[in-house]
Amino acid sequence: MLQELPLTPPSASTFAPQVDALYWFLVILSTVVTVGIFCAALFLSIRYRRKPGVAPGNIEGSLKLELLWSFIPGVLAIGIFAWGAKVYFYAAKPPKDVMDFYVSGKQWMWKVQHPTGQKEINDLHIPVGRAIRFTMTSEDVLHSYWVPAFRLKKDTVPGRYTEMWFQATKPGKYHIQCAEYCGTKHSGMIGECYVLEPEEYQRWLSGNTGEAPEVAGQKLFENLRCVTCHMAGQGQRGPELTGVYGTKVQLEGGGEVVMNDEYIRESVLKPLAKVVKGFQPVMNTYEGQVGEEEIMQLVAYIKSLKAQGGVKQ
Amino acid sequence: MSAQAVAAPREKVAAPEHRETYLNHDYSWKSWLFTVDHKRIGILYLLTVAFFVAIGGLFAMMIRAELLTPKGDMLEAETYNKIFTMHGAVMIFFFLIPGVPGVLGNFVLPLMIGARDVAFPKINLLSWYIFVTGGLLTLFVAATGGVDTGWTFYAPYSSTYSNTRVAETAIMVFITGFSSILTGLNFLVTVHTMRAPGMTWFRLPLFVWSAYATSLINVLATPVLAITVLLLALERIFHIGIFDPRVGGDPILFEHMFWFYSHPAVYIMILPAMGVISELVAAFSRKRIFGYSFVAFSSLAIAVLGFLVWGHHMFVSGQSAYAGLVFSVLTVLIAVPTAVKIFNWTATLYQGSVEFATPFLYVLAFFGLFLIGGVTGLFLAAMGLDIHMHDNYFVVSHFHYVMVGGMVTAFFGGLHYWWPKMFGRMYNEAAGKLAALVIFVGFNLTFFPQFIVGYMGMPRRYHAYAPEFQTLNVLSSGGAVILGAGYLLAALNLIWSLKFGKVVTERNPWGATGLEWETQTPPIPHNFEVTPRVTQEAYAYHEMYSGKEAHGVH
Ligand code: HEM
Ligand SMILES: [Cu+2]
Repeated sequence: MLQELPLTPPSASTFAPQVDALYWFLVILSTVVTVGIFCAALFLSIRYRRKPGVAPGNIEGSLKLELLWSFIPGVLAIGIFAWGAKVYFYAAKPPKDVMDFYVSGKQWMWKVQHPTGQKEINDLHIPVGRAIRFTMTSEDVLHSYWVPAFRLKKDTVPGRYTEMWFQATKPGKYHIQCAEYCGTKHSGMIGECYVLEPEEYQRWLSGNTGEAPEVAGQKLFENLRCVTCHMAGQGQRGPELTGVYGTKVQLEGGGEVVMNDEYIRESVLKPLAKVVKGFQPVMNTYEGQVGEEEIMQLVAYIKSLKAQGGVKQ
Repeated sequence: MSAQAVAAPREKVAAPEHRETYLNHDYSWKSWLFTVDHKRIGILYLLTVAFFVAIGGLFAMMIRAELLTPKGDMLEAETYNKIFTMHGAVMIFFFLIPGVPGVLGNFVLPLMIGARDVAFPKINLLSWYIFVTGGLLTLFVAATGGVDTGWTFYAPYSSTYSNTRVAETAIMVFITGFSSILTGLNFLVTVHTMRAPGMTWFRLPLFVWSAYATSLINVLATPVLAITVLLLALERIFHIGIFDPRVGGDPILFEHMFWFYSHPAVYIMILPAMGVISELVAAFSRKRIFGYSFVAFSSLAIAVLGFLVWGHHMFVSGQSAYAGLVFSVLTVLIAVPTAVKIFNWTATLYQGSVEFATPFLYVLAFFGLFLIGGVTGLFLAAMGLDIHMHDNYFVVSHFHYVMVGGMVTAFFGGLHYWWPKMFGRMYNEAAGKLAALVIFVGFNLTFFPQFIVGYMGMPRRYHAYAPEFQTLNVLSSGGAVILGAGYLLAALNLIWSLKFGKVVTERNPWGATGLEWETQTPPIPHNFEVTPRVTQEAYAYHEMYSGKEAHGVH
């Protein structure tokens, strides 16, 4: 099969074959086009090479031909666009049931938190056959998380969250590389991705303990005293956070915002940027007190409040 | 004197001893450094871009030497990063962008339209001084610390984290930009106001059309680059909070601003080259360019569309997927005017009288390389595929095929074509052909393996890489030696000809149309003895050769 050829990296995700199919289609199409036009030019040059006594012809052009050779490449181009877009949107829309991993890039390492709390640096252990979603950010400069065997990459951007999802299809060991230039040891910001059978993954997990991000997040929520304003019941000073993740929130001074990862992060770092309707701008910033990993844990906790419909114990 | 109609390709001018030319009317160094003659300024550009391309080439060789082995064992990581940054910055800002307009544009554009000079000769000289100042200071910065951000200067690495000399480099790029803007303005005004009587817009040689389209982009897009790098320098020095999220900025904004210039900039590099190819195809097939107005308008279409596709560099940046859709569809549509050009050039050969002279070999090489560069652009424009391709060696190979395989190949073709007019000497034909062939082979050996190694998963800007990529990298480095030898051979041949080449005094050694071939070789300081009057369309080869024997002067 195509993926066994040494011309491509191993194909180990549900996404990879879609990329490869488009790639090989384009390889064939462009070979035909390139060789065809180049040979036509070569042929015409030789066929009409300069000969004594033969004068060149006199041709203005041809509207019909112009239309033809605009139309055909135009149709092909739109086709390529449409196919490319279809593949792209597969990668952009994660399925419902995903395992949430949190990834943070930092000069020059990858920090990963598993849904069950285990943490890894650079390497990644995942079960085969499960859809996995990365929520990613960076602690310093731009990076880009790339697993060629999955044909997937996404930049990690400081101050924002980006997302990437995939489902591994073949157990094995694959390269992880930073693809966005990030400074001196950019080429050392690499790791290995171990795709494991589910039982193996369980064994790996039990050898590495950790707190689930939402549990760690709950502790933070208490220790940082978020709880005093946001979970005080009657007359609380801050808006209720239970059951609001993913919903629209009305803002003081008009407008609304979707309560998502970005908004939570912003509210922790710049609480006064968007104040919820009916509340005073009294919250202090936690900038400098919490790192990106901790913010992700807080996000995971607030997310879980939605899933549970109440405070999780 | 009806210029083109009377132009006789075989006109023989006796070689009088004291023929005044723009080269010999004054030998003093002052007459060169303070010249306002567009032809001499073209030669100044030739010398300076040759200098910069040699430096850029040296950096390239160091990159290829490091990549011979997977381990980063020859250079320190930081040195390697500085070298690829300087390679990219020097090549793009000091060779690819000013190359064709600065050298060939300056020399032939006024001649082609029958003008005595450009509209603002002094500003033209100023452009060169700005360019040289920017270039030399950039090299000075490189020699005294250097910069390691890549030519793309992405924030916040550039604004905050890199401890190399980013602000200084940004200011050099800022300064150099004015050279492009001024040259662009100069050409626009020249084409509008200085055309000889009878030289209507649709009689302009296609090189002039493409220089015109390029100048438009230069004038409209370069200020955006200037603002971007200036903001970057300000952000770095004063932390004002534009690009660095820690002080409230947005790094994605930098990407947008950077590519808003830098995508059009790729057309600044390729459009003039396409103009050269139009001239060469017509001259060496002795045919009117097939579909003249389609070729002319495709340049404008490319210039306009080129402003609307910058987001194709950002499909995995976190930019909205729907914005990506728009950028992707507009990008693939650029392939249409590009294809129109290629098809028209090919069709021009039909029923031509094709001479396989050195410049024509460069045309064929351009066809092969630019086609590959263009179709691989479509791979990258397909968003789903670009998720994998972005920032890997496939991209590196793509842009070398278009910029080096396209622009540099056309530049060498044009240089060989106009060389006898510029210097009154002819290079050695066999060596010229051999060089073209060696360049074609060496180029493919260098860059084709990079498509494959990119798809296999090798990221760009890596000082050390996984062992399975080595074979292809060794091939690429070997090819680079051949490619370098080819360019060197071509350059030496041209230099050799200045002293030992056959003297050319004929006005029109190629038997080509175009006003530049109707004046003396090399031209007199003021270009034309009498202002030419144009009575014919461009490329009136049929009129020139019908009824006569196809004329093999050369
Ligand atoms: C049919 C025409 C073309 C198409 C469809 C096209 C498409 C693309 C796309 C989508 C990318 C982004 C790839 C990525 O970063 O993931 C790209 C990169 C690039 N292209 Fe093209 N391109 C075309 C022609 C050209 C030409 C004519 C030039 C220059 C003369 C050029 C120079 C570049 C450069 C310099 C880059 C990479 C810049 C960087 O990241 O450093 N392209 N091209
Ligand atoms: Cu582009």
